[in-house]
Amino acid sequence: MELKEKMLSSFMALEQELDLSSPVHDIRSTSLKTFETLGFPTKKDEAWKYTSLAKLLKNDYSIFPKKESSIELKDVKKYFLYEIDSYKVVFIDGIYSPFLSDTTHDGIDVCLLSAALTKPKYKEVIEKYFHKIADKEESLTALNTSFAKEGAYVYVPKSVVAEKPIQIIHFSTGEQGDFLLQPRSLVVVEENAQVQIIERHQSLAAHEVLTNAVTEIFAAKSALVDYYKIQNDRDDASLIDNTYVAQEGDSNVNVHTFSFGGKLTRNNLNFTQNGEHIDSTMKGITIIGEQQHVDHYTLVNHVQPNCESHQDYKGIYADKSVGVFNGKIYVDKIAQKTNAFQQNNNILLDDLATINTKPQLEIFADDVKCSHGCTIGQLDEDALFYLRTRGIPKREAKGLLTYAFANNVLESVAIPALKTRINKLIATKLGVNLGHDL
Amino acid sequence: MLTIKDLHASVEEKEILKGINLQVNPGEVHAIMGPNGSGKSTLSTVIAGHEDYEVTKGSISFDGEDLEELDAEQRAHKGIFLSFQYPVEIPGVTVTNFIKTAINALRKAKGLEDMPAKDMLKSIREKAAMLEIDSKFLSRSLNEGFSGGEKKRNEIFQLAMLEPKLAILDETDSGLDIDALKIVADGVNKLKSKDNAVVLITHYQRLLDYIVPDFVHVLYNGRIVKSGTKELAHELEAKGYDWIKQELA
Repeated sequence: MELKEKMLSSFMALEQELDLSSPVHDIRSTSLKTFETLGFPTKKDEAWKYTSLAKLLKNDYSIFPKKESSIELKDVKKYFLYEIDSYKVVFIDGIYSPFLSDTTHDGIDVCLLSAALTKPKYKEVIEKYFHKIADKEESLTALNTSFAKEGAYVYVPKSVVAEKPIQIIHFSTGEQGDFLLQPRSLVVVEENAQVQIIERHQSLAAHEVLTNAVTEIFAAKSALVDYYKIQNDRDDASLIDNTYVAQEGDSNVNVHTFSFGGKLTRNNLNFTQNGEHIDSTMKGITIIGEQQHVDHYTLVNHVQPNCESHQDYKGIYADKSVGVFNGKIYVDKIAQKTNAFQQNNNILLDDLATINTKPQLEIFADDVKCSHGCTIGQLDEDALFYLRTRGIPKREAKGLLTYAFANNVLESVAIPALKTRINKLIATKLGVNLGHDL
Repeated sequence: MLTIKDLHASVEEKEILKGINLQVNPGEVHAIMGPNGSGKSTLSTVIAGHEDYEVTKGSISFDGEDLEELDAEQRAHKGIFLSFQYPVEIPGVTVTNFIKTAINALRKAKGLEDMPAKDMLKSIREKAAMLEIDSKFLSRSLNEGFSGGEKKRNEIFQLAMLEPKLAILDETDSGLDIDALKIVADGVNKLKSKDNAVVLITHYQRLLDYIVPDFVHVLYNGRIVKSGTKELAHELEAKGYDWIKQELA
């Protein structure tokens, strides 16, 4: 059975265990119809020109876990940022793991979407925010919505600063065979509130896993949200990440995406600015090799005046790896005094590595500052010579220069322990031994 | 130590060095002077082993070994150090981490273990103090946003840490004010010994007041056209390079 057919028929099985009278169920049913009409995207869709899902869709994925899997903390500790105290929401094969999690309702809510979707006390928030900014005409988002059941739920009330970061981790054990995961998360940060979130998808054993995730993030007036995505998965794990951000006036949302692994990764990152003096930052470092594929597809909707957006994506591609960067900036005719900057710099380390980079600017206002730049290059030969005259062998010197090229993206990482961790990951990835003990 | 015989070198098919002969022995300080475009920097770059420069004729040997087949890093492992006229900026790599990487690369080439962190720190502190380098400077990204003087001082700091047999200092005095020049020159003088050698490449005589050369060579149009002692440098300063050009005409 084709995956599309399988999804459609599985929906009935899902309905067995859900409350059909809930308004969320109407959303699910409508979304399923959208998915049924649109189907999976193909390379004929402009937005998917350089990324093909065809091969991945041929796998015979399980849609629901057949059994409950358990994992021991010692086996997965390294995937947590364990150096610091944090809230944790952990899922194993799509099922919440109370043992590995550390949730809270003290001051803020860090818990499960399944609880939020069903319990009366969350009704108001769910009605106001759930599936409000996720694209209703996008097939993969629609597919996720129709099966939306579990994921992380974060609610930070007005003027509250979350006292520690939140880690959201999705493990896939391989015990379900080839597996399709569709986590759905909702993050609501009220006026003047602040939160830091680290998100990770991690496969633990050999099996084909495809994750189609949707996260909606709302930042109310003057809110501050730092969101970090760590993508360093096994080479048989693929991820389609759909993240939708809506911001109100004076808010500040930063999304950093570190793509160092996986088989195929597609990051759909959409920002909508619904107020003035909003700052939106999107940064990314991609370091891949072999036959890995990472596609960043960003969209910033500037629909109000006096806002800013900053995009800085660095890519380093080795072997036969493929990178895609498609950055769209839309500036509405009323969005005067918009400052929108976009930068995408790439280094191809091998002849067979590929990068497709495409900035798209649609500007309908006349008093704006918008810039975009993309570069594709090799390493600076003079710099390489300089390092080699200091006795550093060519391979290591190349690693050091590549590290230097990517490194400045880390400056804006606001969690020091995370910055150190990513720094080490980059160094290891590039074969640089910088020794952080000095 | 360094023996250069009838060295011809080209870059992009253009011949820059047209038959250089030079002998540098342990314990000696040589100054190579010359007008702009005479081939001074090319000579230092060729000795250090830049791949874009092709040796078309002649030879360079170091401690009796022909350098032709050796890469830049292998030459560094043998004990050749080049202080750059324009050091390269490397964001994200601190001065300390860079020097640590370089020292351990040299040690690895010699079959030694990494230097223990404690010894490394001690050595870094000593050498930094000698060159009056602030400890804050050591945690900055290599050459990024450094002033001209800071870059040069950092080059000499690397020289002090790496302790090469042969140090080639390419226009080390440019960009330095007189105080910084004295500190840098003092550093080089302290590092001098009977076992190592220094080649100073400079346009001006100024540096030679502080690092006194045993021999002065004038490079012009890809050849050494005159050699002498430090008095030659004074003569050049007084008469200018036109004097050499006229003499040759």
